[in-house]
Amino acid sequence: MKDTVQVPLYRLAHGRTGDKGDRSNISVIAWNPTLWPILVEQLTEGAVAERFAHRRPSTVKRYLLPELQAMNFVLDHVLDGGVNDALNLDTHGKSLAFWLLDLPVNVPVELLPHLAGPAPSAS
Amino acid sequence: MASSPLPLLRVGSAAGFSGDRVDAAGPVVQALADSGGPSVLIFETLAERTLALAQLARRQDPNAGYEPLLDLMLRPVLGPCLEAGIRIVSNFGAAHPMGAARRIQSLARALGLRVPRIAVIEGDDLSDPAHLPLLMRALGEAIPHAPLVSANAYLGAEAIAGALRAGAEIVVAGRVADPSLTVGPALAHYGWASDDWDRIARATMAGHLLECGAQVTGGYFADPGYKDVPDLAHVGYPIAEIDANGDCVITKPAGTGGCVDERTVKEQLLYEVHDPAAYLTPDVVADLTHARVDALGPDRVWLTGVRGHPRPTHLKVNACFENGWLAEGEISYAGPRAEARARLAADILRQRLAGLGALRFDLIGVASLFADDDGRWLAAQPPGEARDVRLRVALNHADRRAADALTREVTALYTCGPAGGGGVRTSLRPRLGTASCLVPREAVPARFVMVDEGGAA
Repeated sequence: MKDTVQVPLYRLAHGRTGDKGDRSNISVIAWNPTLWPILVEQLTEGAVAERFAHRRPSTVKRYLLPELQAMNFVLDHVLDGGVNDALNLDTHGKSLAFWLLDLPVNVPVELLPHLAGPAPSAS
Repeated sequence: MASSPLPLLRVGSAAGFSGDRVDAAGPVVQALADSGGPSVLIFETLAERTLALAQLARRQDPNAGYEPLLDLMLRPVLGPCLEAGIRIVSNFGAAHPMGAARRIQSLARALGLRVPRIAVIEGDDLSDPAHLPLLMRALGEAIPHAPLVSANAYLGAEAIAGALRAGAEIVVAGRVADPSLTVGPALAHYGWASDDWDRIARATMAGHLLECGAQVTGGYFADPGYKDVPDLAHVGYPIAEIDANGDCVITKPAGTGGCVDERTVKEQLLYEVHDPAAYLTPDVVADLTHARVDALGPDRVWLTGVRGHPRPTHLKVNACFENGWLAEGEISYAGPRAEARARLAADILRQRLAGLGALRFDLIGVASLFADDDGRWLAAQPPGEARDVRLRVALNHADRRAADALTREVTALYTCGPAGGGGVRTSLRPRLGTASCLVPREAVPARFVMVDEGGAA
């Protein structure tokens, strides 16, 4: 078992939310090609569905774009009706990418230098 | 080859939504003029419900119904565009393209310019009684049980291309697919066959990258410490250099803020995309499976590898209908026990508004945007010690007077609620609902009409 460190997804990737009706899509794009396999392995449809469980998605679908080291998640019925009916301040769900980007991810220690953000502490 | 290759086509974006900055176009027009080559300026100003708002405006005033900022957007650039031969293509006609065309003519006269050759695109508006049977059939079970406000088909690029080939300097559309604003000029410039799916798909994705304005040049991207963007306050809007194969380089005017790099382009490439192998537009089914994004230099990113498949047989139609009232109220608490006082205020509202309908509560500063309308998220947050909290409550109701009870109860918290509540704001607004359906392409013919100088078609 390799040594791993748990970090938030935003250390590995950036992303953006889009919406159409009651459907949200969230892109997740690796900062660095070396981090891509970790995203593919850990950022599964199941993990994302669990992350958004309180929004009761009817389906979560993942599309992989290896040439871009990017993936696209499509979540149905997570917007409480979207701009038609939702009572949320953010009826488009534009903030949702940042909920996903806070998901804990396990990263092998040898990949820590490739993470975005502050350098890991020595401890 | 006997003939020399066609010069590169540049398409600049001057707006990405209704309400976008009206000073964005200036630097883009300057850059296009400096390039000296054929170029087009596009304004994309129609979100999903903008057209319904425009229809409502036109009911109030028969001369209204087009983009309210039209004048402010065009005034600074109309003269320079006409002088440099930069054509303008936009959906800012909204619910009244002919009205927008007339307004542009009078703007030109007021500015002492020659009156430009303007074409309007027709055929998208399906809100008249003649189209009702088609709409009802297509909507099926999605038929709204409320008065229809607007119904528009997403038209493609062909009529835009036709208008440009016929010599239009300005093309005013209502609902067309956003990328078609770019595909139309590319079709007209390069003369691609209407079934040249790969090239049309590439131009479509160029249009997709342009259609939200600054979202590809560093807008909607900055995240301090992770994604730093220089001089975001003066972000430059994008320009696509589209080559004869449809591939494009995304760049922005020199001297503007923002940035174009592989990250900004990837984020926008996937924005509002569902299956990347099948991005549907009226013009083509674009396939991003093998798309590549490569930085060629500072603020220059190359998009290649997009493929195309035959266009859909049906066009998407968005129908908007009246959808009751949205009532909202907010009040703030600060200092010791602020969160406890805000939670008490929520309890009071729950009791006072019981039976009115589903209420949504937010504790802004504690739990709001990520939460759900049913309150599962908020209920899962244990009471804390937040010292600056804004309580928000919201409700949908079919009846205006019933909805208004919420705004009155929030206001009453001033004297009847917990201690120290301040900053009450309330609003009561009509809501619009949307329903989408597909109609056969043949049922919605698009056409362009050249507008004569007097203003009549």
